[in-house]
Amino acid sequence: MSTGYIILIVLGLGGLGFFLGRARAFATSHATGKKLHSLPNYYGQAVALFTAVPALLLMLTWLFVQPLLIEGRIGQMIPDSVIPDGGAKSLVMADVRRIAEGLDALMAARQMSEADLDAMRADFTDIRNRLGNVGVALGSDVPVPVFEAAKELRKSQNSGHFLMTVAVLGLALALLVWSWLRVHPDQRARNASETFVLALLIGASLVAILTTVGIVASLLFETINFFKMYPAGDFFFSTVWNPQFRGGSDLGILPLLWGTLYVSFLALLVAVPIGLMIAIYLAEYASKALRAVAKPAIEVLAGIPTIVYGLFALITVGPFLRDYVASPLGLGSSSSSVLTAGLVMGIMLIPFVSSLSDDIINAVPQSMRDGAYGLGATKSETIKQVILPAALPGVVGAILLAASRAIGETMIVVMGAGAAAKLGLNPFEAMTTITVKIVSQLTGDTEFASPETLVAFALGLTLFVFTLGLNVIALVIVRKYREQYE
Amino acid sequence: MTDFTASDAVPAPRKGSLLTQDARTKQRNAKEARFRMMGLVAVTIGLLSLVGLLTSILASGLSSFQQTYIELEVYLDPAKLDKTGNRNPEDIAKVSTFGYAPLIDAAMGAAIERVGAATDINAKAAGELISKEAPASLRDFVLANIDRIGETVQFDLLAAGRIDGFFKGRVTMETAALDRNISPEQLQLADQLKEAGILTTKFNWAFFTAPDASDTRPEAAGLGVAIIGSIYMMLIVLVLALPLGVAASIYLEEFAPKNRWTDLIEVNISNLAAVPSIVFGILGLAIFINMVGLPQSAPIVGGLVLTLMTLPTIIIATRAALKSVPPSIRDAALGVGASKMQAIFHHVLPLAMPGILTGAIIGLAQALGETAPLLLIGMVAFVREYPGGPPEGFFDPAAALPVQVYNWTQRGDPAFVERASGAIIVLLVFLVLMNIAAILLRRRFERRW
Repeated sequence: MSTGYIILIVLGLGGLGFFLGRARAFATSHATGKKLHSLPNYYGQAVALFTAVPALLLMLTWLFVQPLLIEGRIGQMIPDSVIPDGGAKSLVMADVRRIAEGLDALMAARQMSEADLDAMRADFTDIRNRLGNVGVALGSDVPVPVFEAAKELRKSQNSGHFLMTVAVLGLALALLVWSWLRVHPDQRARNASETFVLALLIGASLVAILTTVGIVASLLFETINFFKMYPAGDFFFSTVWNPQFRGGSDLGILPLLWGTLYVSFLALLVAVPIGLMIAIYLAEYASKALRAVAKPAIEVLAGIPTIVYGLFALITVGPFLRDYVASPLGLGSSSSSVLTAGLVMGIMLIPFVSSLSDDIINAVPQSMRDGAYGLGATKSETIKQVILPAALPGVVGAILLAASRAIGETMIVVMGAGAAAKLGLNPFEAMTTITVKIVSQLTGDTEFASPETLVAFALGLTLFVFTLGLNVIALVIVRKYREQYE
Repeated sequence: MTDFTASDAVPAPRKGSLLTQDARTKQRNAKEARFRMMGLVAVTIGLLSLVGLLTSILASGLSSFQQTYIELEVYLDPAKLDKTGNRNPEDIAKVSTFGYAPLIDAAMGAAIERVGAATDINAKAAGELISKEAPASLRDFVLANIDRIGETVQFDLLAAGRIDGFFKGRVTMETAALDRNISPEQLQLADQLKEAGILTTKFNWAFFTAPDASDTRPEAAGLGVAIIGSIYMMLIVLVLALPLGVAASIYLEEFAPKNRWTDLIEVNISNLAAVPSIVFGILGLAIFINMVGLPQSAPIVGGLVLTLMTLPTIIIATRAALKSVPPSIRDAALGVGASKMQAIFHHVLPLAMPGILTGAIIGLAQALGETAPLLLIGMVAFVREYPGGPPEGFFDPAAALPVQVYNWTQRGDPAFVERASGAIIVLLVFLVLMNIAAILLRRRFERRW
């Protein structure tokens, strides 16, 4: 039975439980002559919740845990002798999985029965050919242990799925009966179902925590794996980034970090002055009509997906800088460059800086402006000497948030900055960033045993720590100095 | 105090008039004007970048909604398509696309002769005016209509990408002279065919429905699979993120006691909102694909990753919406005997619904344009088959709109840049529609208390 049907059946049982519970509430109330404690719907609701929710949660956990257990056991069945030189166990496991799927397809196409499969031996039958007939292409002939592992995998998956079906439906039915039997006029059905709902609400808010735990755990786990294969000292202090397919790579983070910081610095150099001046002008000078048009128009920039900026860098800004600035000055001939990415990213960050600063400037109390005007200051003097100092912590916070955005930005640098890891100062040269390398090391067929792939997790962890640090500092600055002027 | 003399306190009288400014005032006023000018310049730069961004995308992408077709009368020769003559579908299916190419070449030759085009290029070169995709579409037609073998059928076949580019100004006689894929003579022939009405430019419906195509056939590439993939992912995000986000916000806003735990959750949520999107991609790869074993390139994985990404946005918006419902509503409900849960679910939540939905739509729009995490979970793969219907289709390989854009920019043929820009326009249209929906929702239902 497919998972979708199990869900539907459990939900159906829940719905049934609602009506049964309600009906039993009426019936018992009539029979005993007692008034119901709660509204009748709550009796039904309690039964429905108790029926459906635990069963669905059980199923979810099962779906998460079963593959872990089975794959661990199957993995042990594969001897090292069938693992090709320079390959990894994960690749063999992928083959095992595909063969198992292929066998399922053979069954579905009625080309084979369970009895045939038990008798089938990899050294006698041409499995590759037969699987090819149902559209499962294998790279090479199947060694005996791999085929046995695939048979075992299929068997455990099927029996695991069967067990799950029984367990989930059994639990749903048992709880349906149990909670239905509990329905009685004295039962505090509303309290029960409300407590249940509250538990669900708490569970939902824990998802956020789980996400963070998942992020940190997956990054840390693979990073530790990486450092077992590659010395941490080389990773943090080497100035060479040169991954090779066949081992012996240099994976120093410094050139990537330099590229990231260089691009982000240029982006902030564009975004901060322009964003800040936009915020000041719109808050202090602009007429109502101009503000009504310009503010939303600039915020549109914030709603545009970064892939659009990336394309803009690729087809417009990059070639323009190359043809009209870099080539005439003899500074470079590459259309992807640090300056391209920095400029476009700066445009992306303008609304970020301007709308945050706008809020902060508007929060500075009017009395402070009036005080400055009263002393004879001009508007710009008031802004520079009174409003900006008052708004400074907030503005610094906004800039730090923008910096964290810039460091974590991916698509613009992937399409605009280039892929060459270099330590240089020329902004017209192509350089690369941490995010670009995460993408290039993890896209395509990834094999999880080589340092060349796992380095992406170490890069990801570095990125995560950096951005988290910037965000926390920004938050602390804003919180600490916020109320001083209110 | 009587010997206080006032004369000391009187400052020297100001020379000149208030109406003429002294040097210092002039300087200060000039500074003021300069500062003001700088602000105006900044606003102008901001607006110009928006305009520049949009015009550059529109300029290079709008042409992808037009496509050049060649109208040909193709004789479906039974001698070639059905050698046995008994119209057996299995035999006919054995004829590969190579078997169809000569039919098209013959039809092309006939068409050139009919219009009397003066050209000295051979039949093979004339056939190159037609897309390499054409034999495949011809074959699909024949397999679907076996009874029409032996007839002469009129087809609208795609013109080759370079010919299409010629009529859009991307390819010129000069570039063709340097190009191995096309020659100026072929372009001249195309011009003559255009005058004869055999070559036509039409609205490119296939762009929205066709799947991706290989490197050498940019003219056949479309967004069909990507649009379906994106819609599937949005469905998953909507179904998962909205209930989860609303439930979490209700707890945090209405029930949570103020203690360390709830503080932790709150800090967590605000931090999650600022985690770079690519980190979510790493999470999806490590947990959903490697640990749980979900398939790569599947909308279900993309949907789950985007759900986790949009949750903070939806939670923040929902909490703001719940906060804006005045406490008097809750108090009144509690006062007439409702439980806290009833007060919230029966009264506060419905009143906060417009705000919640607006936040959800904005979160969805964000998720729709997100690219980086999808690259890591394998959505870059070349997918030509449409995913099945939901829910099984959620597990089939698919593409996504923004990733398709990225994919096309990585190809060699410049015709793909036009396609990528066209895909961006489609993406932006979706985003604009969603944002308009959010604005309308807010206008229509927003209440001021």
